[in-house]
Amino acid sequence: MSKNKKKIFSGGLGQLTIPVVAIALLVIFNLIRDPSFFGVDLAHNNDGNIVLSGNLISIINGASELAILAMGMTLVTAACGGQDISVGAAAAIAGSVFVKVLKTSPEISGGKVLLAFICACIVAMIFGSFNGTLVAIFKIQPMIATLILYTCGRSIAYWINGGATPTLSSPIITAIGSFIPGIPIPTPVLIVIAMAIVFKLLFKFTALELFTQSVGINQSAARLNGINSTFIKLLSFIILGVCVAVSGSIGVSRLGLINHETLLLDVEMDTILAVAIGGNNLGGGKFKIGGSIIGAYVIQMLTITLYAMKVSSTDVKAYKAIVIILLVVIGSPVVKEKFGKFMSKLLENRSKETVKGA
Amino acid sequence: MKRFKAMVMAGVLALSLVLTACGAGGSGSSGGSGGLIKVGVINNPPSESGYREANVKDMEAVFSEANGYELKTFYSLKNDEQLQAAQGFITEGVDYLLISAAETTGWDEVLTKAKEAGIKVFLFDRMIDVDESLYEAAVVSDMAKEGETAVQWLLDQKLDVYNVIHIQGAMGSDAQIGRTGALDAQFANGTMNLVVQQTATWDEAEAKKIVESVINSGADFNVIYAENDGMAKGAVAALDEAGITHGVNGKVIVMGFDCNRWALRELLAGNWNYDGQCSPFQAQIISDIIQGKTTISSKIIINEEKGFDATTLTQNDIDTYGLGE
Repeated sequence: MSKNKKKIFSGGLGQLTIPVVAIALLVIFNLIRDPSFFGVDLAHNNDGNIVLSGNLISIINGASELAILAMGMTLVTAACGGQDISVGAAAAIAGSVFVKVLKTSPEISGGKVLLAFICACIVAMIFGSFNGTLVAIFKIQPMIATLILYTCGRSIAYWINGGATPTLSSPIITAIGSFIPGIPIPTPVLIVIAMAIVFKLLFKFTALELFTQSVGINQSAARLNGINSTFIKLLSFIILGVCVAVSGSIGVSRLGLINHETLLLDVEMDTILAVAIGGNNLGGGKFKIGGSIIGAYVIQMLTITLYAMKVSSTDVKAYKAIVIILLVVIGSPVVKEKFGKFMSKLLENRSKETVKGA
Repeated sequence: MKRFKAMVMAGVLALSLVLTACGAGGSGSSGGSGGLIKVGVINNPPSESGYREANVKDMEAVFSEANGYELKTFYSLKNDEQLQAAQGFITEGVDYLLISAAETTGWDEVLTKAKEAGIKVFLFDRMIDVDESLYEAAVVSDMAKEGETAVQWLLDQKLDVYNVIHIQGAMGSDAQIGRTGALDAQFANGTMNLVVQQTATWDEAEAKKIVESVINSGADFNVIYAENDGMAKGAVAALDEAGITHGVNGKVIVMGFDCNRWALRELLAGNWNYDGQCSPFQAQIISDIIQGKTTISSKIIINEEKGFDATTLTQNDIDTYGLGE
């Protein structure tokens, strides 16, 4: 009995304690503030489809790009012990390529959208492997290596479309960024689910998860055991590249417009935060992609909550920072250890008391 | 070891001397190249918006070598980088310095230096908070007037009630201050009700989130006043998903600014109601002043502005006044 209790107090959900507690606190806070906050309605949108709407849908839908990026970022973090800060800029490049291909002729067909997405994927993977090469082969600190693309990425995106902010209008693009006729769930949410399944299958049928963890925990030991750590690191960046292309394409499709200056602006910081809130060790090693996904929803829920409270959007970042500092500090190993010790002491005292009483 | 250090030091010193000599020689020779007027342009990057893109293209077209100019440009969204670049242009010795500042403050020192160096300064598009004596002329859009024109148009619609969602641009920018001012006056005197006033810092996706949160809160609104086209598009995306009609004959009036061609097409299709323009074409006016073709009576020259109503807009207007594609 006491053993079980101990386990729960020192983090019964293991790594997922912090993100789950955070999301639970936000839900409780919102329910107290406004019981109807999470109300979900069915409504007709302007295309005549029946769709779900409400704050909950806004949160889950709005966090899609972030959640997808967080999946890839988790892998990079685990393998390299560092983060890619160029995801926003790379997404702007991928989005620009996506639009560029679609703009080659006025008609937009399903096949062309697929082609555009594949092109965006290839370009994002090339940029991913550029980052990966710097990190894995030249052993440059990930943050410094990706700083290069972070700095020049949006300029590259600018060149792709010649500085214009081209717009797309097509039912297919609307279906990707908003709703597929007949399905009331926003398409970006479906894409997140699909991506999560792909990762799950990847981990189930390959040894990628194990290899990534062992490279992250101890590179030399992994190498001595026959794991090509350079390749694993490079691969993590390439996989992140795919995630970047997916979220860039979603971002573009949402509005039918590419603005390389604002597309997924500052998303890299939110992505790293999502990984951190997810309880992943930012120094590499063990990881849980599920944690990062929950982390992404925590961040989005926080933003939407602040908007619903009519907090000025200039102040939103400051409030977000406060909450995130709290979360990260509470999740830090030092606090966890102290808390664990405190709890076990408490339990010990109590059991002593019961012994005395008996 | 000591000797080695000394040698290295001497080497570096010699090298730097050679380099500075080269630098001086370089600028000297370029100064003598065919008597072109040297113009340094400090602007925001063309990627900022369709407006800026048109503005940058206009500058490059007018201050071309064919027209007798040597053009140096620097583009940044950051005021401090712009200030540094201005310093650089002054050191290089340009004849004219044309500035569209990222922020209105912090320019006193640099402009004083320019004046001391005999460089004539023109401001374009955006005003700066400095003494009038520090610049020759400012060719600007009267953003306040642009806002007033738009708000006047809105008042002319004679709605029974005005419940306005106001999406602002990057706080502190001239465009935001001007476009916000006239509307704030209406909120203050009670002719219009403020549903929400938030900045999306020109970010389309952020604008969508803001409107979404209003829709989810169940608050009633019938006007969206977005301070640029991109944010108006973001707002409209939120309306579309929620099934709220907009535009001509719609429930919600949609107003944007900048007059991108794609935005004007939305107007023509009746999806939006109004688009305010702020003219990006100042280069010719400045060039005329430099070459003495026009004389100026006032230091502040106001560029003509336009506003388009969806019900009166024509394809011809889009072709003539639209920006970008």
